Amino acid sequence: MRKTLPLLALIAAGTSSAATPDQLLQGYVAEARKAEAGFSPSPTRGEAMFRREHAGDKGPVACATCHTADPRKEGRTRAHKAIAPLAPAANPERLAEAAKAEKWFGRNCKDVLGRACTPAEKADFAAWLISIR
Amino acid sequence: MRKHFPKIVTLLAGVGVSGWLFASGGSSLPTVDNAPWREECGSCHLAYHPAFLPERSWRRMMADLDHHFGENAGLDAATARQIEGFLTANAADRGGAKRGRKIAASIPHGKTPLRISETPWFVRKHDEVRADVWQRKSVGSAANCAACHPAAEKGRFDEHDIRVPR
Repeated sequence: MRKTLPLLALIAAGTSSAATPDQLLQGYVAEARKAEAGFSPSPTRGEAMFRREHAGDKGPVACATCHTADPRKEGRTRAHKAIAPLAPAANPERLAEAAKAEKWFGRNCKDVLGRACTPAEKADFAAWLISIR
Repeated sequence: MRKHFPKIVTLLAGVGVSGWLFASGGSSLPTVDNAPWREECGSCHLAYHPAFLPERSWRRMMADLDHHFGENAGLDAATARQIEGFLTANAADRGGAKRGRKIAASIPHGKTPLRISETPWFVRKHDEVRADVWQRKSVGSAANCAACHPAAEKGRFDEHDIRVPR
């Protein structure tokens, strides 16, 4: 189990984990503030995280490798299936379900960064995606 | 023109015969459905029909989803159990589909392939596909069934349903 207690509580509280992108962001901010009281999410840091390349088994890999450089556009998995846009402005289903967001952060952070993302990183990332028009 | 005629006839006859052979090999795979399978497996790739691999292959695959062909495809235990139950119940050697039985029979005892494309059945069925076709950008790899089998999502892989992209 990862350290996502507020989110897990949110998931457990309702039959569904439906949320608005802003509620989801605030959940991550609240978690991040437990480690760093003065934390405030930064879209700039979120974007940098999205674009940063990491060494992967098959060469450099970034979030943008599959999601493309523009999160308003459709991406492609390594198995060649379309990925709906990441930005809520282009895809209203994004950041709209806590359990789903956690599942994909959980998988993709380990794949791309080689470790789990911190709540602060998730907050930055969400803040950047929300800021995209 | 005339000197090409025999070649064309041979070609057409060949296509006709192979089309007939494939068509007689069984039509669609049985329609099966399971919401977590469709959702979880289908978010990264075609939700491959359970009859494409034997039960032992699905069990082996589901036991290590955190390292799924180089990617983390980890699932919560309850969802993983549901999907594994569906895959094994409809597996090549259990589902009762004719095509499934052929696939299962093609795999030597003691082998537990994880890639459908490594089963002898798949290799035989695709032996006329040249290496450069697999590498086309529009195809990508053997994982992308739907590139050439537009009805793959519906479980239809018959010869007359094939369209190889440029």
